Amino acid sequence: MGKRDRLSGNEAVAIAMRQINPDVMPAFPITPSTEIPQYFSSFVANGQVDTEFIPVESEHSAMSAAIGAEAAGARTLTATSSCGMALMWEELYVAASNRLPIAMALVNRALSGPININCDHSDSMGARDAGWIQIYAENNQEAYDNFIQAYPIAENAKVRLPIMICQDGFITSHAVENIELLDDGDVRAFVGDYNPQHYLLNKQETMAVGPYAVSSYYMEAKKQHANAMAEVKQVALDVAKEFAKISGREYGLFEEYRLDDADFALVIIGSAAGTAKDAVDALREKGVKAGLLKIRLFRPFPAEEIAQALAHVKAVAIMDRAESLSSQGGPLGAEVMAALYRARSQALAVNYIYGLGGRDVRVDQIEDVFGQLEKDAAAGQIADAYRYLGLRA
Amino acid sequence: MDLHKISETCGWQDLTEGMQIYQGGTSAQFPTGEWTAVKPEFIEADCTQCLLCVPVCPDSAIPVKDKKRGDFDYKHCKGCGICVNACHAGAIKMEGVK
Ligand code: SF4
Ligand code: SF4
Repeated sequence: MGKRDRLSGNEAVAIAMRQINPDVMPAFPITPSTEIPQYFSSFVANGQVDTEFIPVESEHSAMSAAIGAEAAGARTLTATSSCGMALMWEELYVAASNRLPIAMALVNRALSGPININCDHSDSMGARDAGWIQIYAENNQEAYDNFIQAYPIAENAKVRLPIMICQDGFITSHAVENIELLDDGDVRAFVGDYNPQHYLLNKQETMAVGPYAVSSYYMEAKKQHANAMAEVKQVALDVAKEFAKISGREYGLFEEYRLDDADFALVIIGSAAGTAKDAVDALREKGVKAGLLKIRLFRPFPAEEIAQALAHVKAVAIMDRAESLSSQGGPLGAEVMAALYRARSQALAVNYIYGLGGRDVRVDQIEDVFGQLEKDAAAGQIADAYRYLGLRA
Repeated sequence: MDLHKISETCGWQDLTEGMQIYQGGTSAQFPTGEWTAVKPEFIEADCTQCLLCVPVCPDSAIPVKDKKRGDFDYKHCKGCGICVNACHAGAIKMEGVK
């Protein structure tokens, strides 16, 4: 059975990595990275894992080395944060287009500038079109659980895509929470061995990875990549079902919290969902039918399922912890609104930008969002669908 | 793997995963030598067969047979001029390269 402990989110994810015992971990060991490579390298030094740890000279090199290792046939992971991932940008696309199921522990922090090191989702949201699977966590337990599910999703024969397991900087990376860890043996059996069909170090088969795709191939390659991405939803659900058997904890594409009979809903990603659940509970006490949808899988985007789950609500507030500076709102707002439109939804929808650069979000602020939604619904329209929460004016 | 199944007329479903090529030496089939307008010239009479030019060529465009180099493989030579510099005997000449 599992073991109860008190751990920071960084430690919890590093322990998941130890339990997985990957073949290779290239990582840039200092700022802007997190404590995750530091904890993991101590496991390497103590002989608790068989992993080859490569302390590279930059994040660009970290992802390059990860690509090489994974193509060679090694189960590979890395960890980074914020502008560290920004430096990997070019390689993120290469990893994905070459269909290399690398796992990355990403601690979400703001991209400079202005210079800031605190939590928001601008790093991974910026990379949302790189062709990686993205899964987000509300708390340390979810970050740990998601990381253990990473390889069974990414390495599935129908998928074979890299995966980013995201957690909120400081809030669920440094803060210590109660957590239930699984047995090492259970994790090892759940993740299994990595036996890729094709790999560079295979003596029986010569191969080339990453050939030049001229314009007569590039579009077909993208369509094939998109097709693999479309397989992820079902695979993620299947893996979650298996994970429930060893953990007793259930996961879906997203979590619905008091949503089935809700008139007013919030769509949110990450740790602020915990705060928002408190607000939902407080409003329910007062008789307001508030509910919440917390995104877990953001790439691929489960648009039909989200529209379905929101089909009955009168008004929905979509919460973005990233600015897209489109003058229309944030990335989640755009995607949820597109999902609602495609489903011919009648719900009123508004997009809020909140929590940028580590700005705190409080229960009373979320209650105000619901209060505003009630007013919007009574008015039957939304005049301004792009708002800021907790902004001084 | 039959490389000829992958062509400019095949559909996206028929491409290998990630465009990977499960075969060796396939670059020989692509005449990348077409990309250059300038080419080195081999003056066989001046060549000492030291073979110093062979390993520096980034495109393996200097064929060796029976321990002797032959004329350039112009289907793959990209005209970079590196071999000109490697030759101490003046047996390789190329426009614009000393
Ligand atoms: S380096 Fe010059 S001399 Fe030596 S093999 Fe090449 S062409 Fe001949
Ligand atoms: S010019 Fe460059 S590519 Fe051509 S043979 Fe010489 S070294 Fe090789």
